[in-house]
Amino acid sequence: MVTQPAPLAVRRDPAWIGRLFALLATGVVAWPLLVLAEFKPWTLLSPESLRPTLHFLGDFFPPKLEPDFLLLVARETWRTVAIATVGIVLALGWAIPLALIAARPLSISALSGRMARVPAVVRQAVRWLLMVLRSVPELIWALIFVRVVGLGPTSGVLAIALTYAGMLGKVYADILESSDAQPTQNLLRNGSGRLQAFFYGLLPHSATELTSYTVYRWECAIRSSAVLGFVGAGGLGQQMDASMKMFNGSEVASMLLVFMALVWLADLASSLLRKSLA
Amino acid sequence: MHIALQACSARHPSAQAEAPPALKAIDLVLAQGGQVAVIGPSGAGKTTLLHLMACALKPTQGQLLLDGRDPWALRTAELQRLRGQLCLAPQVPPLPPRQRVITAVLAGLLPGMSLWASLGSLLYPRQIDLAETALARFDLAEKLFERVDRLSGGERQRVGLARLAVANARLLLVDEPLSALDPERARQACASITAVAREQRATLVATLHHVDMALQHFPRIVGLRDGEVVFDLPTAEVSPERLTDLYARHPDELTGAAPPLALSVADAPAVALTCR
Repeated sequence: MVTQPAPLAVRRDPAWIGRLFALLATGVVAWPLLVLAEFKPWTLLSPESLRPTLHFLGDFFPPKLEPDFLLLVARETWRTVAIATVGIVLALGWAIPLALIAARPLSISALSGRMARVPAVVRQAVRWLLMVLRSVPELIWALIFVRVVGLGPTSGVLAIALTYAGMLGKVYADILESSDAQPTQNLLRNGSGRLQAFFYGLLPHSATELTSYTVYRWECAIRSSAVLGFVGAGGLGQQMDASMKMFNGSEVASMLLVFMALVWLADLASSLLRKSLA
Repeated sequence: MHIALQACSARHPSAQAEAPPALKAIDLVLAQGGQVAVIGPSGAGKTTLLHLMACALKPTQGQLLLDGRDPWALRTAELQRLRGQLCLAPQVPPLPPRQRVITAVLAGLLPGMSLWASLGSLLYPRQIDLAETALARFDLAEKLFERVDRLSGGERQRVGLARLAVANARLLLVDEPLSALDPERARQACASITAVAREQRATLVATLHHVDMALQHFPRIVGLRDGEVVFDLPTAEVSPERLTDLYARHPDELTGAAPPLALSVADAPAVALTCR
C-alpha cells in the first residue's frame, strides 16, 4: 500500500521549536555568567597591558641553562615529583577502600532487587565523605597545613593526599559502576565474597581505565604541587614563585620546560601501562 | 540439594507493579540429585524460575525451601554461604573480556577459597589440572591460557559451562546452555553437564530451547508457559500432543532452532574513556 506524502507545509521538523528554545535559553543563561566573570578579552590587546606582557614573555628566551641553576632545578624537580608521588600514594590508601565501599555493583543485598537500607546509607555517606574531601581545594588544605606543620613539602604532601583521595575515590567508584556488572553479579550470586568478586569480575574489566586515570591524576598532582610551592609547600613551585617575583623570564622558561618533560613522561608511562594491560 | 517451591510467585525487580508476575504460584519439588529440564516458549518465566532457585530473586509470594530451609530467613552471611553451594550459569556467559580462560574457569572455586588464596591464584593459577580437565569435557582444553575476548561466542558459552564442572556445587542451575552451540557440540555439552551433575551428586535444573535435547538427556521435563507449570512429567510420558499444546502459540519455537542469542553484551566494545 502506498501512502500519499502529506503536503509540504505540514512536513516541518517538529523538534525545531524545542531546539530554538534551547538555543535562546542558553543565551539567556550564559549572558549574566559572562558579565559576572568580567569576560572582556579586548583588554588583553590594549597597548598598556600588552607591552609588559610581551616584555616578560620576551625574557623567556633563551631559557637559563647555567650548570648550578640546572642543578638547583633538578633537585627541586625531584622534590616536586616526590611530593606528588607520596601524595598520590597516601591518597590511594584512602581512595581504594572508599571506592570499594561506595561501588554499587559490589552490593550483595542489591542482587535481589533493592539494596538494603544500611548498606545504601553507608554508600551514600562514603560518597559524601569523598565530596567533602575534594570540594576543599588543595591550596586551602596546604594553607591550613603550612600553619600546622610549618613551611615545607610535608604540607604539600598532606594537601594533595586529602584532595586527591576525594577525586580518585569518586572517579574509581564511577568507573566501577559504569563497567559491565554481569560477571561480578554472577560471582556474588554464586557465593563469592565482595573482594573476590572485585578481583575476578570488576577489575579485569576496568583495569586500563583505572590505570590511565591514576597516572593522569599523578600528572595533575605534579602540576598541583607546583602551585602549592607558591604558598611555601616546597618544590619547583617555590623556585618558580621566586623567579616570577624577580621577573626572571629565562628561569621561568627553563622550569616550564621541565614541567612539559614531566607531563610527557607521565603520558608515556600511561600509554605503556595501558598497552601492557589491554 | 533438595528443592521445594511452595506456591511461589516472582517478578523481576525492575518490572512494573501492574504487570503480571513472571511466575504465578509455582509448586515444584526436586529430590537431591534429580535432573530436570525446563522447557517452554520464550517469556514463559524459565530464567525467573532459575533465579528464584538461585536465591537471586526473592519470591513475592510463597516459599522456597533449599534442604528444608528458607534461604530468605537466613542472615546475609549465611545466605552467601548457601549461595556458595549452588552454581548459576546464565545464558550470556559472565566472563570479563580481558580475563584469561583459566582464571574465568577457576573463578568457580572462589566461594570455597579464602581471599588470600584467590589473590594468590591470580598471581599463579592454582589447580591448573582441574581447569584443564573441566575444559576438556567441553572440548576446549587447548584454550586454557587464551584470553576470553579471543574466543567465539560458542566457545565462551562452553567456558561458562566448564566453570560448573570445577565449582563442586550441590545445585547446578543452567540457563539455555546450548543457545550458541552447533548440534554436535550441543549434544556433547548436554551429556557433559548431566555427567558432571551425576558425579558431584548435584541437583541439576536446566532451561532448554532444544526440546529434543531435553527429551534425550533428562529424565524429567517441566513444561512452563505464562509463568505456570503446564506439565511436570517423567520424559517417557511427555507426548507430542503435550508439546504441541505447550508451544501452541509459538509453533516455530518447537520445530526451529533457538532464537538468536544476545551475545552482543560480551562483544560490545569497552566503555570509552571519557574526559574527567
